[in-house]
Amino acid sequence: MEYLPNILFAIVLIVGIGFFANNVKKLIRNIKLGKDVDVSDNKPQRWKNMTKIALGQTKMVVRPIPGILHILVYVGFIIINLEVLEIVIDGLLGTHRVFAGLGGLYNFLIASFEILAFLVILSVIIFWIRRNVIRLQRFIKPEMKGWPKNDGNMILYIELVLMCLFLSMNAADFQLQQFNTEHYTQAGSFPISQFLIPLFDGLSIETLIIIERSTWWLHIVGILFFLNYLYYSKHLHILLAFPNTYFGKLGAKGKIKNLDSVTKEVMLMMDPSADPYAAPTEDAAAPEKFGASDVKDLNWVQLLNAYTCTECGRCTSECPANLTGKKLSPRKIMMDTRDRLEEVGKNIDANKGDFIDDGKQLLGDYITNEELWACTSCNACTEACPVSIDPLSIIMDMRQFLVMEQSAAPSDLNNMMGNIENNGAPWPFNQMDRLNWKDES
Amino acid sequence: MGSELKVPTMAELFAAGQQPEVLFWVGCAGSFDDRAKKITKAFVKILNKANVSFAVLGTEESCTGDPAKRAGNEFLFQMQAVTNIEVMNAYGVKKVVTACPHCFNTLKNEYPGLGGNYEVVHHTQFLKGLLDEGRITMEGGTFKGKRITFHDPCYLGRANNVFEAPRDLIKKLDAELVEMKSCKTRGLCCGAGGSQMFKEPEKGDKDINIERTEQALGTQPEIIAAACPFCNTMMTDGVKNKEKEGSILVRDIAELIATAEDL
Ligand code: SF4
Ligand code: SF4
Repeated sequence: MEYLPNILFAIVLIVGIGFFANNVKKLIRNIKLGKDVDVSDNKPQRWKNMTKIALGQTKMVVRPIPGILHILVYVGFIIINLEVLEIVIDGLLGTHRVFAGLGGLYNFLIASFEILAFLVILSVIIFWIRRNVIRLQRFIKPEMKGWPKNDGNMILYIELVLMCLFLSMNAADFQLQQFNTEHYTQAGSFPISQFLIPLFDGLSIETLIIIERSTWWLHIVGILFFLNYLYYSKHLHILLAFPNTYFGKLGAKGKIKNLDSVTKEVMLMMDPSADPYAAPTEDAAAPEKFGASDVKDLNWVQLLNAYTCTECGRCTSECPANLTGKKLSPRKIMMDTRDRLEEVGKNIDANKGDFIDDGKQLLGDYITNEELWACTSCNACTEACPVSIDPLSIIMDMRQFLVMEQSAAPSDLNNMMGNIENNGAPWPFNQMDRLNWKDES
Repeated sequence: MGSELKVPTMAELFAAGQQPEVLFWVGCAGSFDDRAKKITKAFVKILNKANVSFAVLGTEESCTGDPAKRAGNEFLFQMQAVTNIEVMNAYGVKKVVTACPHCFNTLKNEYPGLGGNYEVVHHTQFLKGLLDEGRITMEGGTFKGKRITFHDPCYLGRANNVFEAPRDLIKKLDAELVEMKSCKTRGLCCGAGGSQMFKEPEKGDKDINIERTEQALGTQPEIIAAACPFCNTMMTDGVKNKEKEGSILVRDIAELIATAEDL
């Protein structure tokens, strides 16, 4: 019976991590539904981007207040993982504060965890106020109703509860240490939680042990719960921000990739030696679909983008179309892509690995033509995104589908394209008049 | 306005066995749009004054395909690109300058993938170069102390990181450069990019160029400087909409320099 807690702990840990691994598997499978894209170039630049943008949070501080608060929560989160490591070892081996042997360093670490925990609590409270009391514009846009709104708050509550549990655990532990309780090693320094001790006045050692043990357990169970919550939440970015910034777009923002499939056909059309009436060869592959109407037409980096989106709305608040009241919101483009991808994933799960047509697609059922045509391709969204997401690339791919597969461009644009085709200019002027300006006064 | 513009074409120079230093890519707006033609001419005047050896393609130039590409018509874009590249490669073009950020971006970033490799510069970069080499000087003080605000064209600034060349030129005019609320990497679009120039905007509370003009007016400028023919039109319309055309000028940087130089 003596080992019961250890066994129980091992089970909780295995189940928690097992669920998480399963979600990660699903995540990777879904992302791989996207088309392949070669992102193996320029590795040094990619590492640099990841280090600067994800690790160094450089894009976050463009907006200093949320930027600095976010860095606090982020650093707090990373450092507290050391504490989690200790908890896991203690849990498995039945030890207590196994790293206590580090002496002064240990005291310093515990003290800094506590201070960070306190700062995290403060930041979380300010974040909550920004979302729910001040109601910043970008958090109350139409796409932020229901789950996205609750998710945002839920994360704040979880973080708050975890930090409070951590501090109460330390406070109870500190008290037990002062009573020289057996098993409770004298270690650590408690600059924050010592202020909680008055709450425990007059409690018996047994009660204190119960408090310490239950907060300890709740803390680790909470962390495992949080780990599994990630997959369903915008909070997935704490993991995906790293690969996402690594695979993010390199080079000039204005450059839109030339479609290779189109190049092939164009070259054939321009080649004077090609026989225009030649029958397609037997083994010719089915003609490729141009552009994107559903998630599987997007590439896997775009799908990774969708899972990485933190729904922060920095893109939308800089988008000129959105600023002037048009329906387009680059954040919504990313959220729609993720929602549809999840739907496709569930469909595959329900049909034992095969996708059965559900009569829906990203275009139309999630994203409307009106949104797509409102984009000025200005790249304000990609500049604003703190995790290198490229909503514009999805918009462009879907426009390609609208124009090349459906001929569904607004009529003004059809006129423009007709003019380019016939006159070499977007307006109906004769190419032969191109130099007339020279002689006009 | 008096002296004739010297505008040699590639074909003429080629026939004479000559190769210009740089091809001036005029662009559709610069060739056909009445407002943009003034920018083209201002730029040519400066080139003439500085004795730059340049040529244009003239009737052999065609749309770069930018508006088609941003509208989603990759076919049309590539057809245009391949045709233009054939012409430019036949003339052995090495360096291209253009006053249109959309042409600039497309030629610079999208043509290489289709076999068109040139050194492409925007006219503000080119003018900055001429200034640094002492081939043009800007004196006269026409703009001394004038409040000028610069609107960053998305396809020049954010898309290609050209922020300083236009600003350096404005400062050289002895003018007072005032920045808008959104500038440089966070500049606000004029509303014309992504093919929007050629269609009605989607429904909304207001048009994008009005929003941007309001930001510009917020700096109390005497002149709004642009570096793109489309931005120029958008801002001009915005200023008209606010009934400020009497007091606020919208000018391309090339026009400002040509005026300062009294060309
Ligand atoms: S590129 Fe399109 S979606 Fe992105 S900010 Fe500009 S207008 Fe909005
Ligand atoms: S795309 Fe980027 S900027 Fe936009 S909401 Fe998502 S994370 Fe934020």
